[in-house]
Amino acid sequence: MTRTRRALGALVATGAMLALAACGGSSSDDGSSAKGGGEVEVFTWWAEGSEKAGLDALVKVFDQQNPGVKFVNGAVAGGAGSDAKAVLASRLQTNDPPGTFQAHAGAELTDYINNGQIEDLSDLYEKNGWNDQFPQSLLDRLTVDGKIYSVPSNIHRANLVWANPAVLQDAGVDPAATYDSMDAWIADLKKIKAAGKIPLSIATDWTQVNLLETVLLSDLGVDGYNGLWDGSTDWAGSDVTDALDDYKTLLDMTNEDRQSLDWPDATQLVIDGDAAFNVMGDWAVAAFEGQDKEFNKDFLAYPVPGTDGVFDFLADSFTMPVGAPDPATTEDWLNTVASPEGQEAFNKAKGSIPANTEADTSDFGAYQQTAIESYAQDDIVSSLAHGAAAPITWLTDITAAVAKFGSTGDVDGFQSDLADAADKNAAG
Amino acid sequence: MNRGWRSWGPPVLLVLPSMILIGVFVYGLIGVNINTSLTDQHHRLGGGSFVGLENYRTLFHDDTFVYSLRNLGIYTVTFVCGTLFFGFLWAWLLEKGVRGEGGFRAVYLFPMAVSFIASGVVWRWLLNSAEGDRAGGLNRLFENVGLGFLANPWWTNETWGIVAIAIPAIWQLSGYVMALFLAGFRGIPDELREAARVDGASEWQLYRHVLFPQLSPVALSAIVIAGHMSLKVFDLIMAIAGPTNYTTQVPATQMWTKFTSGDYATSAAIGTILLCIVALLIVPYLVYTYRQERRS
Repeated sequence: MTRTRRALGALVATGAMLALAACGGSSSDDGSSAKGGGEVEVFTWWAEGSEKAGLDALVKVFDQQNPGVKFVNGAVAGGAGSDAKAVLASRLQTNDPPGTFQAHAGAELTDYINNGQIEDLSDLYEKNGWNDQFPQSLLDRLTVDGKIYSVPSNIHRANLVWANPAVLQDAGVDPAATYDSMDAWIADLKKIKAAGKIPLSIATDWTQVNLLETVLLSDLGVDGYNGLWDGSTDWAGSDVTDALDDYKTLLDMTNEDRQSLDWPDATQLVIDGDAAFNVMGDWAVAAFEGQDKEFNKDFLAYPVPGTDGVFDFLADSFTMPVGAPDPATTEDWLNTVASPEGQEAFNKAKGSIPANTEADTSDFGAYQQTAIESYAQDDIVSSLAHGAAAPITWLTDITAAVAKFGSTGDVDGFQSDLADAADKNAAG
Repeated sequence: MNRGWRSWGPPVLLVLPSMILIGVFVYGLIGVNINTSLTDQHHRLGGGSFVGLENYRTLFHDDTFVYSLRNLGIYTVTFVCGTLFFGFLWAWLLEKGVRGEGGFRAVYLFPMAVSFIASGVVWRWLLNSAEGDRAGGLNRLFENVGLGFLANPWWTNETWGIVAIAIPAIWQLSGYVMALFLAGFRGIPDELREAARVDGASEWQLYRHVLFPQLSPVALSAIVIAGHMSLKVFDLIMAIAGPTNYTTQVPATQMWTKFTSGDYATSAAIGTILLCIVALLIVPYLVYTYRQERRS
């Protein structure tokens, strides 16, 4: 009796172990199932909301343009893309790349380029005439050592101020006023503070990074700002100190519960008339329009003071991984992404603007029209808070410094943290 | 020979799968983690040559990391003292004999059933740092009942912010510690109290010399359980303050931000440090209980 029971127990236990081993085996098989001709696995973190709608619209165009090629959705949800990036890193490490993957255009691609994991697409740009369809200043921002590694699908603008004209009027500030510098703006912010409203609403740490980058852009100018990322502007210099002082002044004008909020809450303060201004990227327009607010009547949007004529961009883009299962279908996907039809369909659904200037934008929204106009004629610079200007480790260090400053208010310490971050990351 | 196999074979076979699984997935991966922490893999891809203790040196020279260790210390002390105090208090009140003890027990224990993430979402609102007109949550409550001077910035205070995070944690786990103490109280035979009373012990002497010594193993378990939970605090902070907020930085949130930015080596080094800190608490406890068992 006892013997049988023991033997049975051992049998069950060994069985369980075998089953576990089998599970391990089968899951690794699933990972490489995308291989084979006639299909392209598109790896993104667009799994819900307007991003999903945009992807669906893009796939529709892709199916029309490439009837024989099957689209395989490789979207990984969660963590605003950080989960997807971790999954992607392990797939690239085991030489199991998807057909193409989403990445923020610009410096976020640095790691992939340095490791030789994505292909140079300059020939594709040449062949398809994309060099003429995308603005030259955008191409300059995408070019690394004379090569372009990704195809941008959409453009957002980060250097915008959103304002509530009713609040401005009540505080005795002219809503039609334009500001050509931070100092002029700060003077009006003080009036609003005196009137008892929040002059500038802001949310948690990354929105503060967004504000910081626009202040740097405003005070240092385009060349000075670009120099921060290529080493020609000194982070420890006195002009950066001045910009950080302005940033401190602005931060003192913000809502004290900023750490408890995320960007929609901060934008809502402007919509509700509790705050006068909010600095946020142009995805905020959806929040205003979603509540039936009319552009230039119920809300205003213009470049952050001192950055008129500058377009602080961020973009999503697609790549050709080295060793992609089927480079021909990957090329089909990139062609659709770059095409005017693909760009139009995708951006209309997502609420951004097309990177390709030939896309038909006649029925885009009122705000988008102004963005499209600026995009075609402004100087284009790369956004820090959204992965275009600096590699992700650098951005993480800057975010930590901004979060610390928000608590300590110590400008000297802030500047030395930023300078340390630049030393550490520019070298690596 | 054959008999020997029959007697030890089946038990070994039974234990073997779990030994292999734990060996690979716990100890093996701890080894991999320590190994990663000794390399320079600061990006998602590439890197990985051996740099010795370089990452640890950098960390201990990093003000923010030292600040996060300090936060962890304050949090742990507050949390352990708080849960012990309230847990003991409630257990003592129930022990004194209250009507509807079952109901109270359920009420106190119930918060433990809620996940830290779910309660964190509510506490994020309760602990809103705005004061004055825009105050919400507890600050609003204070102002409405005329205790406006109590309104404070909660977890956004640079020095004591982390203590605000301990409040929800204490609320959630005091009931558990209460259950432990209650079981301890119930395990003390009535004869001991009666004997003490017959010998003329006052109520305080009864507690001091009879009940507390009997409860000390329970208190030790409670300290170890609460202590190691607080050292690993992460979900509550993520839900209330988010991963990047400076005033609530602890090693676990630092590990998370470093990991998500692809700085695997630094992240692994923080993980190893955290493991060592928890081991400092757990290992002496394990040695102690092992000795106790041997003695009995």
